Amino acid sequence: MTITLDSIGENKKAKVVSISGGWGIRQRLGCLGIHSGDIITVKRSAIMRGPILISVHGNQVALGRGVARKIIVEVE
Amino acid sequence: MKIALMGQPNSGKSTVFNDVAGYKAITSNFPGKTVEYTLTKFNLLGQTIELVDLPGTYSLTSFDLAELEARKYLLKGNVDVVINVIDASLLSRSLGLTLQLLELKLPMVICLNMIDEAERKGIIIDIEKLSKIFGVPVISAIAVKGKGIKELFSTACEVGEKKKIGKTINFSKDVEDVITQLSIQIKEKQISKEFKIPERFLAIKYLENDHYFMENFKNRDKKIFKEINYFQDLLREVHGRPPDVVISSEWHHLSMNIYESVVTLTKPRASLIDYLDNILMHPLFGYISLGLIFYLFFNLIFGVGKMVEEPLLDYFYRLIPLIEKSIDPNTLSFSIISGIIQGLAGGIAIVLPYLFPFLFGLAILEDLGYLPRIAFLLDAFLHKIGLHGKAIIPFILGYGCTVPAIMATRILESERDRFIASVLTTMIPCAARMTIIFALVAFYISPQAALAIYILNIIVIIISGKILSRLLPEVTPGMILEIPAYHVPSLKVALAKTWLRMKEFIFIAWPLLIIGSTILSLLQYYKADMLINNFFSPLTSLLGLPLVVGTTLIFGVLRKELSMLMLIQAIGTSNIAAVMSATQIMTFTIFVIFYVPCVATIAVLWKEIGSKRTLFTVFFTFLLAVILAIITRFIY
Repeated sequence: MTITLDSIGENKKAKVVSISGGWGIRQRLGCLGIHSGDIITVKRSAIMRGPILISVHGNQVALGRGVARKIIVEVE
Repeated sequence: MKIALMGQPNSGKSTVFNDVAGYKAITSNFPGKTVEYTLTKFNLLGQTIELVDLPGTYSLTSFDLAELEARKYLLKGNVDVVINVIDASLLSRSLGLTLQLLELKLPMVICLNMIDEAERKGIIIDIEKLSKIFGVPVISAIAVKGKGIKELFSTACEVGEKKKIGKTINFSKDVEDVITQLSIQIKEKQISKEFKIPERFLAIKYLENDHYFMENFKNRDKKIFKEINYFQDLLREVHGRPPDVVISSEWHHLSMNIYESVVTLTKPRASLIDYLDNILMHPLFGYISLGLIFYLFFNLIFGVGKMVEEPLLDYFYRLIPLIEKSIDPNTLSFSIISGIIQGLAGGIAIVLPYLFPFLFGLAILEDLGYLPRIAFLLDAFLHKIGLHGKAIIPFILGYGCTVPAIMATRILESERDRFIASVLTTMIPCAARMTIIFALVAFYISPQAALAIYILNIIVIIISGKILSRLLPEVTPGMILEIPAYHVPSLKVALAKTWLRMKEFIFIAWPLLIIGSTILSLLQYYKADMLINNFFSPLTSLLGLPLVVGTTLIFGVLRKELSMLMLIQAIGTSNIAAVMSATQIMTFTIFVIFYVPCVATIAVLWKEIGSKRTLFTVFFTFLLAVILAIITRFIY
């Protein structure tokens, strides 16, 4: 099942299928270790539709909702 | 020998730098830009080494100005050795930058920093193997404790003398073929000579669609542009993905392969610091802690400042009557001497006591890694004023000094966000304005009144943000921000940072302060200050302030704290409460906080957002200050 990253609950794992943003967002995410095929754990979700905190390759990254919506993932 | 430190943000580059730099370090700007880097010179085995700490970059594909400038600096080609500082606990991700740096064919050394942290996380790295793969020396270090630093620099010198260059690692065959073919084309057309960089690196950048390199030759050679398009399409067809994604997944796979071949994973040891986020990023406790931390932070500054300010001011103002005894107060020389003393006193007794604890506290919060957490917590709120979480970083820096804060707006991706954040940043009470709030309002009225000013200030900023984002209704791009692991701050690094920032005040602002107060003394001596005061009388009477305040407002544009220090001199006593009522003190403070940013801020705004928008900011803040001050006059 593929869904967008922002709709995943806390402490759930997912595998990145694709990133639907443009050049800039793909490159930026890539630099932080987020590519298709990578496994992401959602650690926290801020209140008031704030950002989500994910963990990828042992590193933590905060993603705004809008950005998270552009990351298509597959839940195991 | 010139050595450049290059690494990803939070890799501990600055800690390595400060291990050898000490107090002699200076900050410098890239030519024509407001991007800063730090520079120092030191001796090692009889050799003078020039060490440059470049801005942290995730990759050599540049997104923001700081990254672009760091890359340009390396490409200019007068660096003898590059030290690639890596956070060993994030090895897999960090190798991407290392692979790209190797493509530049510069002599290089890898510094595996925070090796203890990596071991704690259960990551054991085979250093010899890593060094063999890249063909460059790899030195492990714990920069916070100064471990491995000596070896790092002596190895760097050796590498620089031998001009030892590492290996470039090949991509998968079909991608490699495309790169080779494009490199040949580039070599034939002699494009890379102009850029002074290896053809292969340029070929990769072109395939990646790197905006900087694409822009730089678009209009020159139509033929090579066609070639690039052809090869990009080839990659797109074969891989079914955009060419930049093909290249970045190649980097990623290479990094992962290397990582897996050099790392043995063992059981990680838990540390108390891992649990800190359970509180500090918690949806409820996170906000409570945020409020508490800032409450304590400002209380501490006020406590330390007040403790030092009172006895120092007393001391200085006892000096003046002493001088009056030996020199006639109606002479020119007395005016000059008292002007100089007022200027000295302003710096030592009023500004430094508040500035130092503030900058030091900020450096500790920065080094601890707390600032990105604030961005996470406040992202949703900042969306309400049309920005995103990262904008909180320039805002917080703004409480220190507006100039670096405006430079920090560069971390925002869109021009519109940078503009809104810059305008709002100018309204944040910087350390100079903080000294006014503390030394006037907190001192003469009450600490609660000072707190009220801060709260009012935040409300005004929110409303202004709402207005600005209505005027520019573009949607902010989302936040993508690394939340680094907490690090126990090193006292040495925090002090070095504080000192670098204090230097600006001591060597630039303070002389201005002394000159300014001497000029004011002279103006008073020749009775010229009345002319200026009369010119400003419509404004001062509108705000219900004493006439003498007029002159001080001009000085406030030079440096914000000057307006208060000049006020003390203009009214002729350090006991302001004797001359001004509480309402007048409040009105004056509110006006000074919001009106026209200082000269240094205007200059940096001009560079960052252009002349028109700077003039808009000046006008907007002036209008806002007048309105707020009038309201204060009648309400407070």
